[in-house]
Formats: sequence, C-alpha cells, structure tokens
Amino acid sequence: MRRDQITEVLSAPARLYHPDGAEGADDAILSQADAQALIDRIRKFSRAEAVEVQIFGGYNTNVRFADNQMSTAGGVGDFQVGVQSYFGAKHAVVTTNELTDEALKAAVEKSEKLARLAPDDPEAMPLLPPQQYRAVEAYFPSVAGMTAEERAKVALTALEPCRSAGDLTAAGYLENRTFFTAYGTSTGLFAYHRGTSSNYTVTVRTKDGTGSGWAGAEHNDARQLDFAAVSRRAIEKARSSRAPVAIEPGRYTVILEPQAVGDLCQLIGFYADARATDEGRSPFVKQGGGTKIGEKILDERIDIYADPYDPMVRAQPFDGDGLPLGRQEFIKGGVLKTLYYSRFWAKKKGVQPTGAPTSFLMSGGTASVDDMIKATPRGILVTRLWYLREVDPRTILYTGLTRDGTFLIENGKITKSLKNFRFNDSPLFMLNNLEMLGRPERLAGTEAGGAVVVPALKVRDFNFTSLSDAV
Amino acid sequence: MRSRRDFLKVGGAAAGTLALSGALRTAGASDAIPRVRHSATAPTMDASVKALLMEALNAAKMAGASYADARIGRYLQNFVVTREQQIINVVDTDSIGIGVRALVDGTWGFSASRVLTTAGVAAAAREAAAIAKANRVARDRLVTLAPAPAVPDATWKNAYDVDPWTIPVEEKADLLLKANAAGMKAANVKFVFSAFFFRKQERNYANTDGSVIAQTIVQSAVQQQFTAVSPDFSDFQNRTNATPPVGRGWEWVLQQDLVTNAARWGEEASQKLKAKPVEVGRYDLVLHPSHLWLTIHESIAHPTELDRAMGYEANYAGTSFVAPPADFLGKFKYGPEFLNIQGDRSQPGALATVGYDDEGVAPDEFLIIKDGRFNDYQTTREQANWLDWWYKSQGREVRSHGCSYADNWSSVQFQRMPNVSLLPGEKEQSYEDLIAATDRGIAIIGDGSFSIDQQRYNAQFGGQLFYEIRGGKITGMLKDVAYQIRTPEFWNSMDMIGGKRSYEVWGSFFDGKGQPGQVNAVSHGSVPARFRNVNVINTGRKA
Repeated sequence: MRRDQITEVLSAPARLYHPDGAEGADDAILSQADAQALIDRIRKFSRAEAVEVQIFGGYNTNVRFADNQMSTAGGVGDFQVGVQSYFGAKHAVVTTNELTDEALKAAVEKSEKLARLAPDDPEAMPLLPPQQYRAVEAYFPSVAGMTAEERAKVALTALEPCRSAGDLTAAGYLENRTFFTAYGTSTGLFAYHRGTSSNYTVTVRTKDGTGSGWAGAEHNDARQLDFAAVSRRAIEKARSSRAPVAIEPGRYTVILEPQAVGDLCQLIGFYADARATDEGRSPFVKQGGGTKIGEKILDERIDIYADPYDPMVRAQPFDGDGLPLGRQEFIKGGVLKTLYYSRFWAKKKGVQPTGAPTSFLMSGGTASVDDMIKATPRGILVTRLWYLREVDPRTILYTGLTRDGTFLIENGKITKSLKNFRFNDSPLFMLNNLEMLGRPERLAGTEAGGAVVVPALKVRDFNFTSLSDAV
Repeated sequence: MRSRRDFLKVGGAAAGTLALSGALRTAGASDAIPRVRHSATAPTMDASVKALLMEALNAAKMAGASYADARIGRYLQNFVVTREQQIINVVDTDSIGIGVRALVDGTWGFSASRVLTTAGVAAAAREAAAIAKANRVARDRLVTLAPAPAVPDATWKNAYDVDPWTIPVEEKADLLLKANAAGMKAANVKFVFSAFFFRKQERNYANTDGSVIAQTIVQSAVQQQFTAVSPDFSDFQNRTNATPPVGRGWEWVLQQDLVTNAARWGEEASQKLKAKPVEVGRYDLVLHPSHLWLTIHESIAHPTELDRAMGYEANYAGTSFVAPPADFLGKFKYGPEFLNIQGDRSQPGALATVGYDDEGVAPDEFLIIKDGRFNDYQTTREQANWLDWWYKSQGREVRSHGCSYADNWSSVQFQRMPNVSLLPGEKEQSYEDLIAATDRGIAIIGDGSFSIDQQRYNAQFGGQLFYEIRGGKITGMLKDVAYQIRTPEFWNSMDMIGGKRSYEVWGSFFDGKGQPGQVNAVSHGSVPARFRNVNVINTGRKA
C-alpha cells in the first residue's frame, strides 16, 4: 500500500468531509444535487466513447446478541464509485471507494484501459437517453437517528425477558441501513434514489434444547416497528415449540406463514429469464420449444408482480441500466404474462425490455393464519424455511428444512409441536395446490434477500421427505 | 445491493444459476498436507499505514478501551466473465479503509471508515469505544481474551507466484473463450458460462498487545458451466464446479489445462442427457474428494465452530448438534477409528491459509476429530477461554486456534472456518480401488445441490456426475441422484478411505455466516471414502 492511496479527499464535496474526520449517515448520503455533481466530475475525466457511472453510499449500524449476552455491535460507513467505459462493443467496469480527483481519474483511466483490451461484447447495448423517474419516498430519519444506546435497548426487549425467565436464551440482530444510489451516463441520463430500512430478527431457544422460536420485522421507517412485540412473538414460539414429537414424513396439508412462503416463492423470480427460456433451459420452456407466456401455470388466485412504489416495499425505481421501473405483472390470475427481458434480448425478440425488478410482491386473500388453522382438520403449521437449495432447475425443485416452530394441527387447533422436516418441493407445484390465502406482509429478509411481500398460504400435498432432529 | 450487482452485470442470469460455490481438481496434490509458514517475498508495512494504526489504537485506549485492534486493508477483486464465444464483462474492484474493534468494560464495539486520515481513524476508534460503552447496559458476562504472544513486526504472503493483476485482460479472456469452444464441441452442448474470479487482499493489522502484521493474500477461482440441451427441449443438464478455488495465483490457472479439460467436461454434460434415472433405495457410496469436501464442510466443519455450539449463530447460521461441549469433547464417537479431521491454516495454496489471523494469532494445526472421537472446536481468543476446563484436563495450553477472520476492512472479525480436512488412511488405496471393492453402489464426482439443517444433523447432497457400480465396476451413468443422511450415522458408516496419494484439496470461495453476512473462502482436503447403505432419492420430476 502506498502513501498516496491513504491520503484523503480535500477535493471531495464538503459533505463528504466531516470536521472530525468521521463519517456518519449525514456524510455517507449525498443529496441528489451532490450526487449529480460528483458524477459530472467523474465524467469530465472520461475519454471513452461512452461512460456510465454508478455511485453508492451507505451508513449501517447494527447490534447483535446471543446466548443472552451482547455479541458484536458496529457502525460502518462506505462509499463506492463504479465506472464503466465503452469503446464500440468493448467495455469494462472499475470501482473504487476513494474520492480524490487523483483516485477517480485513475479509476476512469483504468476502466478505459481494460475496455480497450477486452474482446468485443456483441451484446453491448447503447446507453439509454435521459429517462423520467418518479421518486420513491423511502428515506426516514428515524433509522439513521437511532443512537447506540437506543439500539442496545432494542436488544434488551429480548434479553431482559429471557434472562428473567431463566429457561430461555435469546439471539438476535438489529440492523439500520441508510443508503443512496445514483447513476449517470454520458448520454445525459441521471437517476437517484435514497432509502432507509430497519430490520430486527430474534431467535429464542429453550434452555432444555427442545424449543426454538423465530420472529422478525422490517420497515423503511424504524418508528413503525414494535421491537418488543417481535421479541414477545419469538418467546411465545419458543415456549410452544418445546418438546416436539415426530410424525411420519409424507404429503401434508401445510399452512406456511409469510416468511416460509417468501423463502420459497421468491425463487420463481430467479428462473423467470426470457433468454434462458428461449434457449431451452428454464422451467418456463414449452414442450417442443418456446415459452409458456400466455399459459395458465399457477392457481388463478395468484398474481406475482414488482412495484417499487408499493408503500410496503419502497424500492429503487430504476434498474442497473437506468430503466424506469413501474408496476409490472409477471403472473396475473395464474397466467404467465411475461418473463424478464434484458435490453439486449428484448431488442432481439422485438419486445419492450422489462427492467430488472427490485421488488417481489404476491397477491393474497383475507384469511388470517388463525382462520386457516380453524379450517384444517389435520395439517402442519410452518414458521419459516431454511437452507433452500436447488435440486432440479427444470422444475424449480428445491430442498430445505422447516425451522423455529413447526406444529401439528388437528381438528382446527394446534395440538403438538413437531420435529422439523426436510422438504423437496417446487413453488410451481405448491402454487397449484392452493387452499387459502392470507394478507400480504413485508418480510424481514428472506434467504435470498430483497424487498419481498407475500401472504400466508394454506396448501395441499406439500412434500416432506424426511425428519430432522435439529431444533 | 441488487442495484450494484446489476451494474456490474457479472454474468447476468447465467451467473445466477451457476451457484456461487466453486470447487475442483488440484494439480497433483500427492504430498498430503504439506505445510508452510513463511515465504521469501512478503510485503512490508508502509510507515504511514503503521502510523494510522497506532493512532487508531491510541484513540481507542484514550476512549477507555482495555483492548483494541485495528485493520487497514485494501481489497481488490477482478472478474472476467464470458459465455460461449463472447465476453460478458470485465470488472475490477478496489476498496480501502479501516476497521477498529474496541473492548470496553467487557463489551465489544466496532466501527469502520474509509476516511484514512489521522482524524478519520481516531474518530472511527472513538466511535467503536462509544458503541461498546453504549452496550454495557445490556451486558451479562464480561468478554475476556485468551493470551496470545505479541508479534511486533511480522510479514507474510500466501503461496502465489504470479499476481493475477499482472496478467492482461485479453489473455484471461482468450483462455476462457478457448475453453468454452472446446466444451461446445460435445453433442448438444449449446451454452457455456465461464469466469475468472481473483481476489487480492493487502491486510495490515495492529493490536494493543503490541502486534503489528502485514500480509498479502491472493486467491483464484475458475467457474465454468457447460449446458447440454436435448434436441426436443425436454431436458437440460449442467456440468459445473470442475475446478477447485485456491489460494494461489495465475500460475495455478495455467496448470489446470482448462482447454483440454473443457472438452471432457462438455462431454460429461452431454452424457448426462442420456444417463439413467436412479432407482431410489440404499446404496454404498464411493465419494470422490471433489464431492466429499462439501459433505465435510457442512457436516463436520460447521458444527464444530465453537460460536455455533454456544448459540452465537442461533439467529442466523444456526447452532450445532455438537453441543454442549462438555457432553461431546473426548466423548462423542463421530466416526470410525480411522476418521481424523484436521483444522489448520497452513496448507500451501489452501484458501483459509494465513500467517496470522485477524487477532494477530499464528494459527496452529489441531485435530477436530482424533481417532474417530470429537477432540476440539474451532476457536478465537474470546472463545478459547470457554474451553479452559477441557484444555487443562488434557494438559494443553489454553490458546486460540487462530480462526478469527473479517472478510473486509468494513467487517468485524469473528470465528470463521480454518481449512478442515479428512486426513488420509494408512493404507495406500485410490478412488478406483474403492470402486473395485464395492459390489453395488454409486460413485459420485463433484459437488452439486447441498442443504443441511441448522444443527447439522439432516443433510441432502447431490453431485455433478453419478456412476452406477456393479460387481466392482462402473456400469453406466446415473442422473437425478441425491442422498439423505443423518450426520452421526453417516460418518460412522464410513468403512474405507483412500491413502496419501489420493488426497486432493477442494473448497468454497463463498461460505456465508454472521450478521451482517460475511463471506469466507475455505479449503477442505479429502481422500475418497466409502459409506455403507446410504439412503438415495430420485430428484427428477416433470413440471
């Protein structure tokens, strides 16, 4: 490491240079005008035929606890500039987190050098012209404003009751994220988004090792989160999941809480690529070739869509190419309406590009989980799923396990805590075996991440293939 | 950050389906478990970097820290991504900053900043101490650290010869495109995705015990996916994970003979279209090191992380069936007497190999499983004290095994996996010898689908290539194979293992753990092994 790599900034915007030298949320988050100014500054260094610049800044704080004890806690500020230079069909990306003129110029030049040397990309698309965006209001001062003392008090909403109970241990995590992202091109396009999120999850285990309960919540505005209620829910689940009994694996009627639905159904999005389908390697390939667009592939009560403006997600309203994202239906009334079309593939196929979605939403119904339980003579209630891994990409067949609260339902009531199961099933099969739908909820982070809103579901014939001794 | 990922466009949909868990063949890993500690051309720490580290430690102490450590790191990544006969993208990333960890009155605080000025690092240190103080209100027990000797002026580099950053991008792209072309010569192989992924980390470390350490680590991975599509669009099959990621440089890439081997991997994808669906039932499994490394990783390496056993990962990665420690250490029969599992960070070219961990500890080599019995956990300085009763009963020193790791300057260090390896058996026998000794079974090469519960009991593993064994011979290829296990029964069903010459080192470039999530790269050495009477399911089904 050289001295010039560790000298900072004087030419950076004033907001990036805190008088005490420390970066906090105020410093890491550029306003739209400052972001535009920084992108313009970077563009001036460019000698390429075209250039695109993405900047990202964030300040995250967190507190973690486990075994009824504080674990780690921190505050992290970072910033990233990405420059992609184009010479005809050649292009390359370079990123840096240094903001001196010298470092930025070096990044631009390096991206130009790499681009010139790179082989042609025959699929390179010209940069988009300026676009119109409607801002998403996703930034709430309550998130960055939460102090370290207040974060420790959130941990106490789980730690205090578990310590005083004597037979419970709590492990949990609170993360407050504040970020902005901006994207600008030599064609004059400029896009900006900023946002916040507060995410709190807790796992409470019984000290006898037989019970475990999980609960979580996420919102863009920390004031909307009832941390103590989340902690209470995990405690309640842990207590009621104690001393599970084994029942035979097999096909069961299952009520999946929203977290479990999201873990599984979100996966559909990763396979919904038009190109892979046209190439014959996706679950949406029609027999003999072509896509299943226009075919009814799921229960008619299912809509799957993306919408960054939905107040439950408040996601970034543009994709990595700067394409504006609105509400987009992928499944409507169980019918496959479209797949993801990149700009290149859309052009090749003569259709409009869809943009890469930044949210995943699924329609629901009006039933509560209690309603579903009452309407179930025999079935299984699942809190969440774990370690989902692809088994067969041809059908989106996944395996994984239940976790942190699995219960037997008999004659409309929860009667027993059950040992966890491994399942082998596909969201495409499951969404054809639908009985009841709940109200969609924002999830506190699925295994794959992202802004996900889905309902609880009751489904038939869910395929549990073995038992697990894990609690 | 989805938006950042989109911007980088690293491989698009193809990269998404090529699960980011690399794996495969080490060139002639015949000398099992060699070890290194030092290398001639290690980096020296710049005086200005050292001054900033000292400034940060001083500020933490002034703010009340009884212990602090500071890491200034530069983290570089380079990707070259292709499909078929075209480039997808070239990406170079560079990130630099400081992370400071402070222990105040027995609670931790951490802060990280990209502002590398005297004022900037001091402010980060003060923030770390302030966060630690704020957490005292929720403190239960005090954190204490096992002693570690100060290392006042150490430097180290891992086993790379040729820095991948010195290789022109066109040379990297050319090699991938040639390999893609070779793979596509096979019948029905219509698509290839391939990428190089290189990491370089310049890590500078200091702590208030007096350690000052500079290290440079280079890691390299090749990812390739060959896809065969049946002419009537009724099936497609992938061959992937054919090369192991390593802690070496470009010289290793050249040794892989990617073009010649790609032709074979393409053929294998093609053959998978014609493979026979497996009949469900119980089989003897002969597992190649290219496959078994992942089973070791999931069912031995993860459950023997001490933080998991003590509940520190309960809210995310999970806990462990190997708990509480007092019920398992020295008592639990994990497998047969010839099952010996070593933890180390010393195998040259392995991904977790370092000179010093992120607490300034020189890692030791230790047996996690000794003669079939559970013997030790993976530890950091904070954790080693939790096992002092065990180490004292064994007449052993209470010390960290050097498993502290942070994946970036902006991440707090915690316990991560060292290289965890299945040691060779005494008898010199090969993968082929194990097949020849098997009457009715399935041989599996390469890692595929994998899933395991949060305590690491119940697991299901797929693979890349499955071969039917009848009467000691391979009689054909199978598909849609996965086996389900319960960890203790599985390892106790192992009845044959390979000898030294069959030892290979494989691993993962992307092992996740922690909140916020961090990625670790780790290797697993293994010999081939045979397991009796394992439950095999058929995973094929029509949409």
